[in-house]
Amino acid sequence: MDKNIITNPILKNNPVTVLVLGICSALAVTVKLEPACVMAISVTAVTGFSSLIASLLRNTIPNRIRIIVQLIIVSLLVILVDQILKAYAYDVSKQLSVYVGLIITNCIIMGRIEAFALGNKPIPSFIDGIANGAGYGLILIAIAFIRELIGSGCLFGVQIIPESWYMANGGWYLNNGLFIMPPMALIIVGCFIWLQRSLQKEDSKK
Amino acid sequence: MKSLLNLVEKIKPTFSKGGKLGFLHSTFDAFETFLFVPNTVTKSGSHIRDCVDLKRVMTVVIVALLPALAFGMWNVGEQHSIAFGLDMTFIEKVWFGFLKVLPLIIVSYVVGLGIEFISAQLRGHEVNEGFLVSGMLIPLIMPVDVPLWILALAVAFAVIIGKEIFGGTGMNIWNPALIARAFVFFAYPSQISGDTIWVEGLNAAKANAMQVVDGFSGATPLGQAANGIVDFTTTTGEPLSLMQAFIGTMPGSIGETSTIAILIGAVILIWTGVASWKIMVSCVAGALAVGFLVNGFAEPGTFAAVPAYWHLVLGGFAFGAVFMATDPVTSAQTETGKWIYGFLTGALAVIIRLFNPGYPEGMMLAILLMNTFAPLIDYYVVEGNIKKRIKRSTIK
Repeated sequence: MDKNIITNPILKNNPVTVLVLGICSALAVTVKLEPACVMAISVTAVTGFSSLIASLLRNTIPNRIRIIVQLIIVSLLVILVDQILKAYAYDVSKQLSVYVGLIITNCIIMGRIEAFALGNKPIPSFIDGIANGAGYGLILIAIAFIRELIGSGCLFGVQIIPESWYMANGGWYLNNGLFIMPPMALIIVGCFIWLQRSLQKEDSKK
Repeated sequence: MKSLLNLVEKIKPTFSKGGKLGFLHSTFDAFETFLFVPNTVTKSGSHIRDCVDLKRVMTVVIVALLPALAFGMWNVGEQHSIAFGLDMTFIEKVWFGFLKVLPLIIVSYVVGLGIEFISAQLRGHEVNEGFLVSGMLIPLIMPVDVPLWILALAVAFAVIIGKEIFGGTGMNIWNPALIARAFVFFAYPSQISGDTIWVEGLNAAKANAMQVVDGFSGATPLGQAANGIVDFTTTTGEPLSLMQAFIGTMPGSIGETSTIAILIGAVILIWTGVASWKIMVSCVAGALAVGFLVNGFAEPGTFAAVPAYWHLVLGGFAFGAVFMATDPVTSAQTETGKWIYGFLTGALAVIIRLFNPGYPEGMMLAILLMNTFAPLIDYYVVEGNIKKRIKRSTIK
């Protein structure tokens, strides 16, 4: 099997930084690391299994109504994820609020079903879905890491920057409020895209 | 002067392409053209020959900023001496302010120019001269007590995100100095709003329980208005006269308080033709139009009922209208567009002040918003002109 199915979506064709898909949730759920990780796992699961199911059904789905069938598959999985989160991780589910339900509108999922799963066998489709979800999740977690560290001084809710540094305790440091706001997430995504493009340009020169 | 020129000529080959230090070409070029007008001659196309290039224009703006800077330094000392009941002479006040303001200016220039030089070296460009003015504007629109590391971060953010990624000087959408202020405003709101940060030492005094003069309040007039007090008072609680607000003996950002010092700068800018008087005039007109309109409907005793001309002398309005809104890169380029742009900037600033409880001062946000719309205004002015001329030229 082609190794590129796994590596391409994570690096060279990353859904967020190259295809610029799924930006909305990248801005919304990346204030803290914990919800970002949960979101990354949820999206990876949904992309993987929806690609698998769509690929299994690919020869029986009539072409004209394929979008409706895909939507049903995706919404089934999203509802499953939502219910599991509510049952086992209620706090995070509350933090993510509507964004779990909105996974259904994430362009990466429909994009992978349309572009890959409908024309390939189940196992490669499943791996492709997982890899794309992982590429998305990687960026999500990287953004959340920067935003939580600089915006709140914590990682996973644990204080990283020493309390004694803070101005309130006689130090000099302050948390950067801009990193809590959505615009900064957009700027960070922009910086990632900048970084990746400049790195890839050097690759192609070689 | 002559010996300096000789020195520059002597070391020039070392820094030229192929020379020993050829890789530092951009850096050398920046210093050479800063010191002397370059001797390169326009060979084709252009018919206007003038020694005034971008560096010379920037120097004029710096000169125009000097009155506001000098007044700001004195005012820092003045407010400090009032707050702590110190008996300081005029010279002592200026010296005190100078020592407080100088580090801000140094940090602003070192960080900003450092990034400019590095990025120019990396790309092999000439160094952009735009930061000469931004580096002076940024300290002037900050409160005097702003921590230096926050200032450094703000300058770095403004130069990289506000300017370099768009392609450097002349390509930026927003005024870099205002981007720096907006960065501090949203990232560290406690350091740029409130009552204790506008007077040097007041914040530290609070933490160390130092003695502040009885009845002293560091609130700016706009800060008072945000709290519903419309009979503006000075820091010692006496009523603030319009004349006093015009001269600028009140707390505020370093360069923004004195309208009269800013007006001296405005005269220099208009006289040398560096900044557009149309933007300044229409900006004032916009503020007055909205101000008087609101005055007509306002209940007495609210901020909206304060006579419109007060808006011109309070806060950063005058500084913004003269030095920020007129930035030739980010303002509208067409002549009609300048009137529209200036008018809307002034009008928006007053609207934000009066109707947005979250932001006591509206000038920064108004200018940034209008910077965003300036290209759109230009586009429709140009389109309108084309349509008008087509109509005139076609035979009926």
